[in-house]
Amino acid sequence: MADREVPAEPLRVSILSQGSYLIASIHTALDDGQLLRFQRDLIERIGSQRARGVVIDVAALDVLDSFGSRTLRDIARMSRLRGAETVIVGIAPELAVSMVRLGLQLEMPTALDLEEGLAYLRAMTGTAMLP
Amino acid sequence: MTSTTPDGLAGAEATAGDDLLLPELVAHLREHRTQLRREWANRITDESLLSAMTPQEVFTEATSVYDNYVGVLETGSVEALQDYARDLSERIIPRGVETNEVVGIVLLLRDVLARSLFEKYHDDFGLLNRVLDAYEPAANRIANTVAVSFVEERERVIRQQADAIRELSTPVLQVRERLLILPIIGVLDDQRADQLTEQLLGGIRRHRAKVVVIDITGVPEITAEVANHLVQAVDASRLMGAGVIITGLSPEIAQTLVTIGVDLTKMNTVGDLQGGLEEAERLLGFRVTRASDEDG
Repeated sequence: MADREVPAEPLRVSILSQGSYLIASIHTALDDGQLLRFQRDLIERIGSQRARGVVIDVAALDVLDSFGSRTLRDIARMSRLRGAETVIVGIAPELAVSMVRLGLQLEMPTALDLEEGLAYLRAMTGTAMLP
Repeated sequence: MTSTTPDGLAGAEATAGDDLLLPELVAHLREHRTQLRREWANRITDESLLSAMTPQEVFTEATSVYDNYVGVLETGSVEALQDYARDLSERIIPRGVETNEVVGIVLLLRDVLARSLFEKYHDDFGLLNRVLDAYEPAANRIANTVAVSFVEERERVIRQQADAIRELSTPVLQVRERLLILPIIGVLDDQRADQLTEQLLGGIRRHRAKVVVIDITGVPEITAEVANHLVQAVDASRLMGAGVIITGLSPEIAQTLVTIGVDLTKMNTVGDLQGGLEEAERLLGFRVTRASDEDG
């Protein structure tokens, strides 16, 4: 891997599989390189897990810059090309206000929290959650 | 003994005898209380100050201000006067008395008293000078104290009202599960629009709302900045997964928004609150029916 990541670094993003959905939680602010790695990993996982939907939980983020929001948008587009719907959940009020002030457009579905995001995906993809 | 006599300011003539000037002056003002007070009240009426109060009230207040005034000259302590001035301000601010009136009447009293001192001592110019040296700093300090107390009280009232408005201004009400309404009454300024956004987003999170109806029937007018604030609030709500319906845009506001070119195409607007609630219920999948229709 070309990434020069310190091995002992704590996990910043976790990607869990839940039935035919992937749940990606961003735990701390990511720099540009980490974001791109996250994007690559996630798109990869969609294929290997045959996921129909992706929930990206950003509840832990208090800032998101233009690169961050563009990356999220790109993830959504790539996911769709690979057959999965993407929904962003957990945008905090402060983050929402700052994004709007900065004129950042996500142009992708958003939902209040994980539960809502999964409900949205179920409605969109028509897939029942596997037991 | 008081310390209001300016040390050294009276020049070489200042002697121990000057310490007695203020008590003498106070005695003079006490002695001619009735006449000076009447003269003062007349001057107030002539200058049409305190027009919000009846002549009887003016006279009553004039009496107590006069006594307090002389009291301060005697003791040199403005604290009692401060309390009185605050109390007076509390009573007269709701009556619509202005700052210039309060300052005006205190200055009038200062002048009336100075004039009477002049009459009493005009034969001995040196003595008059020393009396005025003793009187003026004390009188100015009194005028200062009263004016400052009045302004402070006014500011306190304004702050209190601003707080009250802030607390009352944007209630967030849940009407159904996941459906909120925000009725907005009164002029929306930048600060209130900010607060509205905060309450809206906080409410969405707290109530897990999916649809919010913002009713602006009670908003008389809107500026371009505030309209943009509203658009931003709607965008931010969408980021949190909630849709916003705006209802009750008056013809004037609709015209303003179109004229100033605020892009409202992204906003979901419905004519009135009832229509907005019906639309929200439809979005949430509620169907409201009359019980009798259901039975039949």
